[in-house]
Amino acid sequence: MQSQATYNYKVVRQFAIMTVVWGIVGMLVGVIVAAQLVWPELNFAEWFHFGRLRPLHTNAVIFAFGGCALFATSYYVVQRTNHVPLFAPKLASFTFWGWQLVILLAAITLPLGITTSKEYAELEWPIDLLIAVVWVSYAIVFFGTIAKRKTSHIYVANWFYGAFILAVALLHIVNSAAIPVSLTKSYSAYAGVQDAMIQWWYGHNAVGFFLTAGFLGMMYYFVPKQADRPVYSYRLSVVHFWALIFTYMWAGPHHLHYTALPDWTQSVGMVFSLILLAPSWGGMINGIMTLSGAWHKLRTDPILKFLITSLSFYGMSTFEGPMMSVKTVNALSHYTDWTVGHVHSGALGWVAMVSIGAMYYLLPRMYGKTEMYSTKLITTHFWIATIGVVLYIASMWIAGVMQGLMWRATNPDGTLTYSFVESVKASYPFWSIRLLGGVLFLGGMLLMFYNMVKTIAGQKAYSAPVVAPQAAHA
Amino acid sequence: MELNDLRSILTVLGLVCFLGICFWAYSKSAKQGFDEAAQLPFTDDDLPVRKDPGQQRKEG
Repeated sequence: MQSQATYNYKVVRQFAIMTVVWGIVGMLVGVIVAAQLVWPELNFAEWFHFGRLRPLHTNAVIFAFGGCALFATSYYVVQRTNHVPLFAPKLASFTFWGWQLVILLAAITLPLGITTSKEYAELEWPIDLLIAVVWVSYAIVFFGTIAKRKTSHIYVANWFYGAFILAVALLHIVNSAAIPVSLTKSYSAYAGVQDAMIQWWYGHNAVGFFLTAGFLGMMYYFVPKQADRPVYSYRLSVVHFWALIFTYMWAGPHHLHYTALPDWTQSVGMVFSLILLAPSWGGMINGIMTLSGAWHKLRTDPILKFLITSLSFYGMSTFEGPMMSVKTVNALSHYTDWTVGHVHSGALGWVAMVSIGAMYYLLPRMYGKTEMYSTKLITTHFWIATIGVVLYIASMWIAGVMQGLMWRATNPDGTLTYSFVESVKASYPFWSIRLLGGVLFLGGMLLMFYNMVKTIAGQKAYSAPVVAPQAAHA
Repeated sequence: MELNDLRSILTVLGLVCFLGICFWAYSKSAKQGFDEAAQLPFTDDDLPVRKDPGQQRKEG
């Protein structure tokens, strides 16, 4: 049954290792900016200022850490579930080096203040062009591999990865349209409220397709594999996939409530955001219920703990999101730390934890082993990370609601009860707790790095042989 | 007929298309294919030392 050919593990291995490295870098920058809010003296240089480091943090965690995790797992899953090695291996190698170059350029330009000032799409036009080239190459490798598959079906995880790749290409190319005036400066092709709407069409779909569809693809492979049982309901996965595809594209306007955006557009965004609760919870239930009948595995397997906890946070943040998109709730929550808490409930609780679980699964396999160096350290990592996330989001909820209430409080004569700086002063204790939560989460990543180095040390890189599909079910 | 009519029609078509997908997904004819597809992660063994692919997966 076995042929001589092996799967392309090299590019998976490269991306997997860099996931851990960039995770540490991105979260370290996050800890630094959190510390700068507690101790403003830490803003000691222009290039080290909060305003310059915050976009570096978001870009590093989303595109470097999250991006590498998505590249690594999608290349692994598409090969294993289709029983063919990667199409165009040289192009796959190019996506690795090209993506690292994008990250490096971002790490240089953002602290220097070279930015388009578009949130989550701050990188200037030459880097945007490089991203577009890398992304098209990624699509060619991924869909090329699916095209030469040895199975009749395309496993659902690949559908999610495929949607993520196509949607991000579309979003990036449309939102990055700009007129360059020099090598380091360009102006958006759109103006005024259209520019804002296109930005948040991009921004919310970056959440929907980069941070959701891609990671759901990860979930649909690694949860069944680690639990050793097929997904709870395959038809639910099909229905919630298409529901996400049909709804996410319309939800962006909820970022622009009570702005110059037409009122009806805001309402459309709100309604579609509320609808999104259903497919989001469909995915969460499908993932968690995959464990039904095997819940005991959760007690002993820390990788499964990471994966299932990530789904719980996914459920929480996708309940919170639609709620915050309701205009009256948004009137309180917008511009406060509640938003920051919501984002991190998704980013740390869901995206980071599912990635960490998947990496603990992948890394030993990249070296012909079945387990990480220390399972105990994975358990420790899990608890440190979980406590970190809880501290982070709980402090931000309290701070956010408090800020919202202080900003809207008025005296009987109509004047504001509090000045802005009073709300800043009241936020300090919560910003300190947030910093502690961030430090804990970063500490967990350092444990992971140590565990990874010990797993890899002295081991030879491994590539598994390509196997023809065997009937798994009796 | 103006542009907004076309936009409305497209939205309705999107909904009809989605409902069609739901009916198809829950139809009997799709079931066998789904059952096969759900097993795809288990059609190979990615543990280098383990040699028992497919064990334990029947009850799902």
